[in-house]
Amino acid sequence: MPDATGLELIAHELGDTVVETVYFRERATLQIDPAAIRATLEHLRGQGYTLLVSVHGVDYYPEEPRLGVYYELLDMSRVDRIAVKLRVPLDSPEVDSVTDAWPTANHQEREIYDMFGVVFRGHPDLRRILMPEDYEGHPQRRDFPIGGEPVIFTYDEAKWLESRA
Amino acid sequence: MSPTPTDSSTMSEYRRREQSITLSPVEDPSGGAETTDELLTLNFGPHHPATHGVLRLLVTLEAEVVRDVKPIIGYVHTGIEKTAEDKAYWKVIPIVERMDYLAYYFNAMAYVGAVETLLEVEVPGRAQYLRVIHLELNRIASHLIWLGTSALDLGSTSIFLYCLRERELILDLFEMSSGARMHTRYFQVGGVAEDIPPGFEAKLREFVAVMPKRADEYGAILNANEILLQRLRGTCALDAETLLSLGVTGPLLRAAGNPWDLRKAAPYSSYGDFEFKIPVGTVGDNYDRYAVRLAEIYESVKIIEQAMDGLPEGPHITGDRKVALPPRHELATSMEALIHHFKLVTEGFRVPPGEVYYPIESPRGELACFVRSDGSSKPARVHMRDPSFVNLQALAPMTRGSYIADMIATTAMLDPILGGIDR
Repeated sequence: MPDATGLELIAHELGDTVVETVYFRERATLQIDPAAIRATLEHLRGQGYTLLVSVHGVDYYPEEPRLGVYYELLDMSRVDRIAVKLRVPLDSPEVDSVTDAWPTANHQEREIYDMFGVVFRGHPDLRRILMPEDYEGHPQRRDFPIGGEPVIFTYDEAKWLESRA
Repeated sequence: MSPTPTDSSTMSEYRRREQSITLSPVEDPSGGAETTDELLTLNFGPHHPATHGVLRLLVTLEAEVVRDVKPIIGYVHTGIEKTAEDKAYWKVIPIVERMDYLAYYFNAMAYVGAVETLLEVEVPGRAQYLRVIHLELNRIASHLIWLGTSALDLGSTSIFLYCLRERELILDLFEMSSGARMHTRYFQVGGVAEDIPPGFEAKLREFVAVMPKRADEYGAILNANEILLQRLRGTCALDAETLLSLGVTGPLLRAAGNPWDLRKAAPYSSYGDFEFKIPVGTVGDNYDRYAVRLAEIYESVKIIEQAMDGLPEGPHITGDRKVALPPRHELATSMEALIHHFKLVTEGFRVPPGEVYYPIESPRGELACFVRSDGSSKPARVHMRDPSFVNLQALAPMTRGSYIADMIATTAMLDPILGGIDR
């Protein structure tokens, strides 16, 4: 992790696109403007953070902007990590996809779309990945209830679809 | 009993497409006069022994050559991350263990590591060493299942039985220390659930003595198996740079020559105290993937031996009563202990708000747990960065242009665990 000062230096280089910097438990997080995600990741790649380890979503219910997307970057030669975070509002949960520049984001962006409903603009194949394709709702959202999920077997499928219609 | 016929008019578009496959023979309209080059789309799985779980692959073939592979996953999605948000922090441990079901100690380690970072709890040295012993035993057990089932796919049947024989020894050890053979819930926030019982050390030493010899035997069987070698050598290689762009870590990356291992690069749980080597491959083909994992078994044995030799005396769990249960005998005499016990069992402990990401080296690569706390006694978000999920994306680039038989070998060498992929 860059230390608190190092994080501020990176934030200074990035300029106005940085919304907030958080240094917590030796973990450096840059919160940025969603429009600048591609440029930010490219800039950090130039700084040595060449591996995008993980992309995952968070729901900040009931705060707005509600949905968050995390990009965990790793510099393998300095063994240094930095997290980039962005937040999008629920009424327009859209952000640019980074899949063409970072192929590893492909499945992970699909998972966030599936679980939180964040739409990644320019993703080559933005479909649900873990839930069935005809599923309604985004189950990892905090206001999505636990339980009561019908288990669909072949014999009760027609009944289930009828109840839904 | 015949299944109730489903009226297709009530089905959704997706279900209709799913059920639209016909198995009746189709006449060639040209009557066999024209032979044309065409692509065949083959559905492979989800219930197929060579997919190592419920993985479905849509394979586009040109004769026997794979042109494209699309993995379709989600068949064992059980919403573990969602369930975790509804449980007190310590009750989440048994359910995250069920993600990657061959590497349960690793799931627990990533999770408790993240929670400990949030809480800033100091883990006693003895607990750290005990964790290392169990993690490395689990790594061997996971590699044994991988080796046995992969060899089964590649035409070497007997090795599966030998691998399971050694895995039994490990599961017996797990049973001794925790009472359970799988999904042990042994790692707790702040340490481990119980100290190791008398007799554990002797049994562990027996295992440590026998395991390298048995691994030699595996090598002797497999490296003399011409069929297996032909299917592994020089097939489906992928260079380290492409692997990194796909986010692949672990033995697959090391097979391509990049010695990245979090146990060395960023030691956690006192891994820095032990001497071990990181096996790396050269070209990153299927043989290197196999050889790297087989060599890792020896290194894990070395770590276990050193951890047992250097096992420090002291408590096995933190003395912080706000986090760890008080010892059983104190409950009869101490009112304070009783209050702490009641508080922990009913509400659980509260965790300061914040977000952490805790990566460890699992048998399949970087396994990391992201935990967001909102200050209550239940996590607001638990996400596992599962290496199998990310590594699966490398299957298509690895197998494009190779034979379908090599795709089976590559799927085996990828070592995907569907419980971890689907969570």
